[in-house]
Amino acid sequence: MEIEAKDIAVRFGAMGLFDGVDLAMRAGEMVGLIGPNGSGKTTLLRVLANLRAPEGGRVHYAGRTAAEIGPRELARRIAYLAQGGSVHWPMRVEALVALGRLPHRRPLQGLDAADRNAIEQAMTAADVASLRKRTMAQVSGGERMRVLLARALAVDARVLLSDEPIAALDPLHQLQVMELLRAIAGKGRSVIVVLHDLALAMRFCDRLVLLACGGILAEGTPAHVLTDAHVARAYGVEVIRGEREGTPFLLPWKASGISDGGVS
Amino acid sequence: MTQAAAVEAVEASVPPYGLLVAGLAILVVILWCLSLAIGYAPLDLLQALRDVVNGERTLAALVLTELRLPRALLGCFVGLSLGISGAAMQGLMRNPLAEPGIIGVSGAAAFGAVTIFYFGLAGAWSLALPLGGIAGAAAATFLLYGLSGRGAGTMTLILAGVAINSFAAALTALALNLSPNPYAVTEIVFWLLGSLADRSLPYVWLVLPLMLVGWGLLIASGPALDGLTLGEDTAQSLGFDLGRLRLQLIAGTALAVGAAVAVTGSIAFVGLVVPHLLRPLVAHRPGRLLLVSGLGGAALTLAADIAVRLLPIRPELKLGVVTAIIGAPFLFALIYRLREEA
Repeated sequence: MEIEAKDIAVRFGAMGLFDGVDLAMRAGEMVGLIGPNGSGKTTLLRVLANLRAPEGGRVHYAGRTAAEIGPRELARRIAYLAQGGSVHWPMRVEALVALGRLPHRRPLQGLDAADRNAIEQAMTAADVASLRKRTMAQVSGGERMRVLLARALAVDARVLLSDEPIAALDPLHQLQVMELLRAIAGKGRSVIVVLHDLALAMRFCDRLVLLACGGILAEGTPAHVLTDAHVARAYGVEVIRGEREGTPFLLPWKASGISDGGVS
Repeated sequence: MTQAAAVEAVEASVPPYGLLVAGLAILVVILWCLSLAIGYAPLDLLQALRDVVNGERTLAALVLTELRLPRALLGCFVGLSLGISGAAMQGLMRNPLAEPGIIGVSGAAAFGAVTIFYFGLAGAWSLALPLGGIAGAAAATFLLYGLSGRGAGTMTLILAGVAINSFAAALTALALNLSPNPYAVTEIVFWLLGSLADRSLPYVWLVLPLMLVGWGLLIASGPALDGLTLGEDTAQSLGFDLGRLRLQLIAGTALAVGAAVAVTGSIAFVGLVVPHLLRPLVAHRPGRLLLVSGLGGAALTLAADIAVRLLPIRPELKLGVVTAIIGAPFLFALIYRLREEA
């Protein structure tokens, strides 16, 4: 298992967010982490990335804890793409993508051939190579997200944890990013992606984890997780379903009036 | 301007990093030599150098080693300290309005030196003054660690810095208030204005080791500051320990700026304006800005200190006053630009 989380509990002060969360990731698998606002998707992703210590439970990376692996090695093993994509200085696209190579570099050392190669591949994969000389102030919102995705890909990690990477994108770029994530999983990497778009989650992910009601409400294949009952309970919406080219899809349609998914 | 043209304009305006560092270093060396050559008494620099090398204690040799050399060296080192720490603080806070004094160390160092004046120890032993300043900076650093701790975020750090600055300013005001005679008040106030004049070589040897360690700590933080461009979570996911980074930057700034203020008083705006002016030339990369901003700080401080001596105003203007008068309009421009961007 690339990542194995057991019995994870997170509390903010007295308020419990979730507990008893188990999650295991195999290589080559693309897992969608879904759930309503406030259900703890981002927090769980941060726990998996070792950015936050859980109040209960533990996470193993290929059988070892984060402390046993060490921060540098862990940084090479896990790439994390944060939500929102804040960039504080208008650096050039190329230099920004190169930040993904920081875990691989020794102090006072420039980029070597392997670094340059990884940066080129990441930029090509995320379709931002043509923007390389622009600054981050000169790219659109969608381009910005793809640049940040390229930064995460440049780490060349075995696991990619990605928090709502398609939230700011138009439909074409949403599809492109999902296809890209699929392709990354196809190369034997593990991808966990936090998603709000149930239709894309259903179509692109091997497995879904539905976080709601203070724990994992459902886990398994998209068809098993995205049942009418689960969606109504977690999100409080009714969906309509259809099929296209043999692939089922769903569309949130209207409020169902039943929901106890989030904390609020 | 079309977008393509704008992109080309950006490309053209960013010089290669090595060239930029070399250019600034040459500028610093030229200004350093000018600083040695310019003064109130006419000095045959070559003759003075010959005398110093031959060990002859002529007037020219004394002027060079006792007056000009410490002044030029301190101008260079103090400017370097302010420039690097300004860039480091702006990188840590991810805010172009941060400056070296933001963590309170410079205010505390100034108060430490004022205490020495207050108790009349400044005349008793020449190194008492800088040592008092260093003690003030050290006390502020420990207080800062105590207040903000290892786990605290950047906001706590800023608040702790504000609190320490206010407290140091209050204590400085108290010292002025309780001052036994007007002469002591004048002495303290003039020292606080910041100057490189009449500092001796032992001052340089006292603060240089502290500054060297400080510069080292700050410049070593470059990759982490680059990573921090993407926010704290991403920086951490790239393998950087943010708690350790904060400690490293506080220690580096405290050593470099604390030592600088201890010998010169406060030199305003260098640490704020220089990183901001030079940032576009390193394509906004926080790690690369550190050394570049240090060299820029050294150049600006040396240039301002030369200007102070060339201006026909006597007694000479204090360096801190001149940098503030030049620096404040830059701040106006900066605020105006930030408003436009918002």
